[in-house]
Amino acid sequence: MTQESPGNLETMNIVIAGHVDHGKSTVIGRLLADTDSLPKGKLQQVKETCRRNSKPFEYAFLLDALKDEQAQGITIDSARVFFKTDKRHYIIIDAPGHIEFLKNMVTGASHAEAALLVIDAEEGVRENSRRHGYMISMLGIKQMVVLVNKMDLVNYNQETFDAIVAEYTEFLDGIGLTAKAFIPVSGMEGDVIASLSNKMPWYSDQTTLQALDNFEKEPLPTDKPFRLPVQDVYKFTKSGDKRRIVAGTVETGKVQPGEEVVFYPSGKKSVVSSLEVFNADCPSDFSAGQAASFTLEEQIYIARGQLAAKANELAPKVSKRLRVNLFWMGKQPLETGKDYLLKVGTVKESVRVEEILSVMDASDLNSAQKKDKIEYHDVAECILSCRHAVAFDTVEDISSTGRFVIIDDYEIRGGGIIREALADQQEHMRQQVMQRNLKWASSAIGRTQRWERYNQKAALILVTGKRNVGKKTLAKAIEQRLFTDGKIVYFMGIANVLYGVDADIKKPGDDETHRPEHVRRLAEIANLLLDAGVILVVTAIGLTQNELEIIQNVVDSDLIEPIWLGDEPTDIDFAMKVPNLDDFEDTLDRVKGLLQSKGIIFKA
Amino acid sequence: MDHLDHLESLGVHILREAYANFKNMCMLWSIGKDSTVLLWLARKAFLGHVPFPLVHIDTNFKIPEMIEYRDRLTKEWHLDMVYGQNTEALKSKNTFPDGNADRLTCCKLLKTTALKHTLSGQWPRYRFNHAAGKYEVDANIEPFTGVIVGLRADEEGSRSKERYFSPRDRQNEWDIADQPPEFWNQFKTDFAPGTHVRIHPLLDWTELNVWEYIEREKIPTVSLYYNQGDGKRYRSLGCEPCTNPIDSQARNPKEIIEELRSGQLSNIAERSGRAQDAEDGGGLETLRKDGYM
Repeated sequence: MTQESPGNLETMNIVIAGHVDHGKSTVIGRLLADTDSLPKGKLQQVKETCRRNSKPFEYAFLLDALKDEQAQGITIDSARVFFKTDKRHYIIIDAPGHIEFLKNMVTGASHAEAALLVIDAEEGVRENSRRHGYMISMLGIKQMVVLVNKMDLVNYNQETFDAIVAEYTEFLDGIGLTAKAFIPVSGMEGDVIASLSNKMPWYSDQTTLQALDNFEKEPLPTDKPFRLPVQDVYKFTKSGDKRRIVAGTVETGKVQPGEEVVFYPSGKKSVVSSLEVFNADCPSDFSAGQAASFTLEEQIYIARGQLAAKANELAPKVSKRLRVNLFWMGKQPLETGKDYLLKVGTVKESVRVEEILSVMDASDLNSAQKKDKIEYHDVAECILSCRHAVAFDTVEDISSTGRFVIIDDYEIRGGGIIREALADQQEHMRQQVMQRNLKWASSAIGRTQRWERYNQKAALILVTGKRNVGKKTLAKAIEQRLFTDGKIVYFMGIANVLYGVDADIKKPGDDETHRPEHVRRLAEIANLLLDAGVILVVTAIGLTQNELEIIQNVVDSDLIEPIWLGDEPTDIDFAMKVPNLDDFEDTLDRVKGLLQSKGIIFKA
Repeated sequence: MDHLDHLESLGVHILREAYANFKNMCMLWSIGKDSTVLLWLARKAFLGHVPFPLVHIDTNFKIPEMIEYRDRLTKEWHLDMVYGQNTEALKSKNTFPDGNADRLTCCKLLKTTALKHTLSGQWPRYRFNHAAGKYEVDANIEPFTGVIVGLRADEEGSRSKERYFSPRDRQNEWDIADQPPEFWNQFKTDFAPGTHVRIHPLLDWTELNVWEYIEREKIPTVSLYYNQGDGKRYRSLGCEPCTNPIDSQARNPKEIIEELRSGQLSNIAERSGRAQDAEDGGGLETLRKDGYM
C-alpha cells in the first residue's frame, strides 16, 4: 500500500498466527491505522459499509479485502499486508486461525522471518495457540513474540496475563522454543500497539511496534557448508550457446571458481570452472540465497535432484531411510505401506512410511500416542523409506536441506524436518560407488559430446524374465536391429561376465550367495561401456527389484531400461513388459519405440 | 544481498522450478512493466535465453505503441512470440468500444475467453516466424500446462491471496478457499491431467520494486509510462478505451521511483486508471475467479 520511503529500507516478513477469533486481524488493522499505512478513504469506506450493514466497525474488516471473506467472517488465506516503520518495511502475513485453514497458515509462515502469536486473554491458550506454536518451531522461525490480546475484556488484569505467560511458556519449553517477549495488548482499543497504555500501568516494556523493530534480521547462512540442490543443467545448443550450465539456488555457504564440488547421492566430483550471469558483472562467488549458475571443468553427468556440496566441507547424508518429524494436512490419513512422493531439495522420490513411532495428540500436542496412521492435522514422528537413496542433511546440521514435503495425489499434503539418517541395506555398496566416483578420472571428452557424435544416448537395455523365455533371442535381435540402423550397440551375455570377471566367485551350484556381487560387477562393467557411449543390451535371469536397485546405484539410473519378458507379475519397475515373443517383429518395433520415446535413438 | 537481489533470486528460482517441471509452459507477456520485468528475470534465469514461448493476448484495442514495442523486442531478443485473439467477438463487434458490451463483458470476451482458448490450443495461435519476419498460424495446438504470469500481491485484494504456484481446474477456475500449501521453497509442481498451474514469480514485488529493478537493470519499457511533456503518464497499461493516464511529471524510471517514494501516489490505487476494476466492485475478483490474470 504505502510506498514512500527515504531510501532503501530493509524488508522483513512477519507471520501473525494464533487461534481463531483471538484477534489477529484486529491487531493488524490497528497496526496499519496507527502507522498511517492505509490508502486514503479506506477507513471511512469500511466504516461506512459497517454502518450500512448495522455492524459495529472492527479494524479486522480493513483486511477483509475479499468478498468471500466478509461473508464468512474468517480469514481464509494468508493475506499479505504491507506497512513500514522508521526502521524497515514489513510484510505482515495474516495466517488464518481456523483449523481448516492450517495449510494456509503454513504457507504464510514458511516465508516468515519472525512470528507474532496472538492469544485471547479471556479465552486463554487454545488448540491452535499450541499447534501454531509447534508449526512455527518446525518451520524454522526462531524469533517469536506472544501478544496477549483483548486485555480490555479482562479489565487489564495483570494476573490473567501472568497466568497465560506461565502456561504458554511451559508449552514452548516442551517443544524447545522460547518467546522473545510476551506483550499485553488490546487490538480493539489500541492499547500497547503503537504506544504504552495508562490502563496497564504495570506494563512498561516494549510496545508491539517496538517488538517488531526489535526482531533481528537473520544473517544469511553463508558460513555453513556449501549446499546447492541442482535445479537443472542447461545447454542451449540450438541458440548457439555451447555452455553446459549447472543451475540452482545456494542454500548455505558459498562457492567460487576453482573449488572442488561433489554431487550427491552419486558422489561424482568436478571443479567449478566459471560462474555465469546475465547482464551483470561476474561475481567472485555465489553465496547463500543467490540463484547461481556455473560451469564445470570435467564433463561429468549430473542432473536435477542432486545435491552439490564442497569436497573439503561436511558431506551431506545419503540414505534411503530417514527418521523425521512431520505434520499431515491430507484429508486422507498418511498410512504405512502406501506409495507417496517425497521432495527434499530438488529431488522427488517415491517413499513409504516404514514405521510410525509416535503421534502427538492433535488438540494438546502434549502426549505422544502410538497410532497406526497419521490423520488430518496430526503431528508425528516416523521412519520414511525411499525407493532410491536421497541426499540431505539433518535439520540440526543444516536446516534448509533438512526439510521435506510429501505429495499425495498431486498435492503437497505434509511436510517436516529430518532428524536422522538411518542405515539401509545398500549402504555399503553405495559407499563403494561413491568412492569410485570420487576417484573417477574423467575423460576430456564429455558424455554429451560422445552422444552427439554417435547420434544416440548411451543406455542399458536390461532384458529379464524367467528361465527359457527367449531373453537371449530378444536381446540379440535388438542388437542386430540397432546395429543395422547404424547404432553403436553391444550385446553382453551374462556368461561372458560370469566365467571371466567373476571367475573368483563363480562356484558350481552356488549361484545365490554371490548373486548380489555378480550383479554389482555386471553393473560396473555396464557403467564403463555406458561411459563409452554404447547402447548395451544385457540379459539377466529373474531380476528382482532389489537387484535392479543395486544396478541403479552403480549405473546412472536414468540410463537403465528394464524389459520384462513373460506374462507373470513381477515387482520390478520395468520400462516395458513383453508377455511373449509370438509377434517378434512387433516386439522389436515396440522396443524401438521405447528407445525413441526416451530420446536414446531418434526417429529417422 | 539487498531486497532487490532477494526478489530477483527468488524469481529466478521459481522460474527454474517451473521450467524443470512443466513440459508445455509459456509466459504471459502483456507488454506492461511487470511482465516485462518477468521476461527480464527469465533471461537472468536462463542466461540470456528464454526457452519457452511468450504469449500475448491481443485485444486489438491495445495502444499501438505496445504492439510495436512487442515486435521490436521479439526480434532483438529472439523471443518465441505467440499471440492469441478472440476474432469472433472482434468480427461480430461484440465489444465495449463498439458499444455492444459493457466493460466487464468486453474484458471477459477479449481477455479471459481469448486467454483460455489460446492456452488450451482450441483457438489459433499466431507464432512469430523469425526467418519470414511475420506471424503465422502455429501448428502446435498442445495445451499449456504451466503458465507464468507477472501478477503482484500488492496490486489488489484478490491477488494478495495468490500462491507462487497456483492451480487452475479443468474449467480454468481458481478455488481461493482451498489452495495447496507452499512450504519453504517447495511448490505445487504436480498436476492432474486437464488442469494447469499459474506461476507467479513476482508475487512479492511492489510497484516500487518493479521500477527500482527496471532502473537498476536498464530494462527497456514503453514510453507510455512516462510524461512526454503533457504532464500525464500511464501508471498501468491496458486497452486504449478503458485505460486513463494519471497526472504526473515523471519522465523516466528514476523520476517514477522518486514519485512513488514521495508518497504523492500512495493514496491512489495503481490500477485506478483501469475502468473494468471499478465495475467489478473495486477489485478483480469476479474476473479472476473465472480465469483472468
